[in-house]
Amino acid sequence: MNSIVSLVPLFPLLGFLINGLFRKSLSKTAAGIIGSGAVLLSFIISVYLFSDIKGNEGYIVNLFDFINVASFKISFAFQVDQLSVLFLLIITGIGFLIHVYSTAYMKEEVPADFARYFAYLNLFVFSMLLLVLGANYVIMFIGWEGVGLCSYLLIGYWFSNTDYNYAAKKAFIMNRIGDLGFLLAIFWILGKLGTATYSEVFDLRNTLSETDITAITLLLFVGACGKSAQIPLYTWLPDAMAGPTPVSALIHAATMVTAGVYMIARSNVLYAMSEVSSDVVAVVGLATAILAGTIALYQNDIKKVLAYSTVSQLGFMFLALGVGAYTTGVFHVMTHAFFKALMFLGAGSVIHAMGGEQDITKMGGLYKKLPKTTWTFVIGVLAISGFPFTSGFISKDEILISVFEKSQVLYWFAVFAAVLTAAYMFRLMWLVFFGGFRGTHEQEHHLHESPAAMTIPLIILAILALVGGFVQLPEAFGGKEYFNEFLSPVVPAMSHEGSSVATTEYYMLTGTVIGLAVIYFLTRKKFAVSMFEGVYTGVKKFLADKWYIDELYDAFIVNPLNAFAGFLKSVVERSGIDGLVNGVGRFVNYSSRQVRLLQSGQVGSYILFMVLSITVFFLVFWNQDNIAHFLTNIF
Amino acid sequence: MPIQYYIALASCLFCIGVVGVLTRRNAIIIFMCIELMLNAVNLLLVAFSKMSFGAHPGASEIAAGTDAQLFVFFIMVVAAAEVSVGLAIIVMMYRNIHSVDINFLNRLKN
Repeated sequence: MNSIVSLVPLFPLLGFLINGLFRKSLSKTAAGIIGSGAVLLSFIISVYLFSDIKGNEGYIVNLFDFINVASFKISFAFQVDQLSVLFLLIITGIGFLIHVYSTAYMKEEVPADFARYFAYLNLFVFSMLLLVLGANYVIMFIGWEGVGLCSYLLIGYWFSNTDYNYAAKKAFIMNRIGDLGFLLAIFWILGKLGTATYSEVFDLRNTLSETDITAITLLLFVGACGKSAQIPLYTWLPDAMAGPTPVSALIHAATMVTAGVYMIARSNVLYAMSEVSSDVVAVVGLATAILAGTIALYQNDIKKVLAYSTVSQLGFMFLALGVGAYTTGVFHVMTHAFFKALMFLGAGSVIHAMGGEQDITKMGGLYKKLPKTTWTFVIGVLAISGFPFTSGFISKDEILISVFEKSQVLYWFAVFAAVLTAAYMFRLMWLVFFGGFRGTHEQEHHLHESPAAMTIPLIILAILALVGGFVQLPEAFGGKEYFNEFLSPVVPAMSHEGSSVATTEYYMLTGTVIGLAVIYFLTRKKFAVSMFEGVYTGVKKFLADKWYIDELYDAFIVNPLNAFAGFLKSVVERSGIDGLVNGVGRFVNYSSRQVRLLQSGQVGSYILFMVLSITVFFLVFWNQDNIAHFLTNIF
Repeated sequence: MPIQYYIALASCLFCIGVVGVLTRRNAIIIFMCIELMLNAVNLLLVAFSKMSFGAHPGASEIAAGTDAQLFVFFIMVVAAAEVSVGLAIIVMMYRNIHSVDINFLNRLKN
């Protein structure tokens, strides 16, 4: 009965195989049904597992030995506990909605490409499920690599576009840098403890020295930085928007990029032991949140704004993890999955209506033609900005309170980041949906609400974004923290000092309302307009150009590496290796040509050589003892 | 006479033969030089045979050292056969290229 969990990743795997192998013969309807159905089945089983695990101990399902060498054993096992089941729900639930949405969004593709898309998507879901279900770091790493691969494949889905391929490669390579850190951490754990199974590692954690713990946690965090787009490895995520929009929603907002958060939440006992690592996580997270927030303020591509917003929100999650509020970080993963998937799908709907246009300077006033998209998107904006009692308010509020208890300095920076979030989101909302239309007549004529397969997922996600936070409503507002309670067997919640929290909560509530009201009116005046150039100068240009981080990387890492590779190619490869190999050939050629002259056809010379050889032979024969003696003296 | 005299004479003959083969171009002279080397060896065989004759009293006649002298006869017979073949080749060569100079023999064709 326990092994029912292995069905969860099995269905998407089957879906991947069917869609992948028969993609040329499947119709679009069939491919869509297989792709979505596989994830729906996984979701149903996940719901069953969820109801089953509630309040129970987690358990491990051993499938087979993955590596078995002498005393060293790594089993292919699934960990079923509250944390992994929660992620199962997020992945399969939101994954299903996005699959359904994709059937409409991708319907212009030819059938073979359509099936290929769903095959990749199912493979992604499979890998992601493997990642969260693995009972040891090695299985997690397999899933980790799998999602990286699928991310690459889906970013480069329209592979005939060279720029998209570059974006895919960039994502893959930057992820590899992080993966190296993760891999080193696994080696370190295996080297010190001889096991990678979570429960055993956590039981043995006290045998590790402080250096070991710090090194392991920091290396794991390097892995998380790559996958979850934190400084300094975040630049791939905005470029990853080259992929189809539902892919951005699923992979680059709701699930894959939160893998780093999952990993740290899973390893929370290790992070709790290392003050240094936790501080690094918190500071990097906060810095990322602010950096990405400032960039998002001046982007003109609707998906780029959302991408930087994702980076920024991921920064918030890491901030929460860094200050020790692990459940809060995971909670923000969940709420963020709701509202960010919602907004990406909303953006997809807008792009669909605009006929592929992504530039927000050419949009405006879409609320008249796309009512459902508009109102669900507005709900997403309110949630991410932290409008009271939406899911985003509750999760972000809790992050801020946790940070406040840890450090006041960090708190004010975090508040600044939250203000940035609200500012760029309201800007986006006004520019896209309100004011006057700024596009061409053709586009205006083309505007239409998306089909039901796209709007129904939007509505479901909007409801979740609105009320999804209530599972964790603070006691100050008469709620109960069910979410913390649910996760408590795996991830301990941060304890707040009871008395002050309630007052702080009310202060935060008031502050949020005032702040949002100010931002609302400021941005409305500025951005709900009929004319918007979107051209910036000075500091704004600096931010619009993303702090020139890409250019910085190009100048200091990419170009020197290219130059070095060019040096290796032209000097070491061409002149060195090739020169050596060709040189041997040329030498043999040349010497053969010279030696050939010996065969002159002159009988006399042959006889001379014969006589000389015989003479040498006899000399050697008679003196062999002396020669042997001589040789032994030399060597 | 001491054996050294024979060895010295045979060595001289052999060297003359070698140098003759190496330096001369006339096929007949080269042929004669080869015969010279052959006979230098024959001379040595006879000389060593004479030297060791009776060195082992009581041994059979062959073991006593006469076997080498028998060898010499064989060699002479074989040499005679070889000469006839060799001279025949030289005659053929003369018929073809009207010369017995071996430097004209640097081609196998024609």
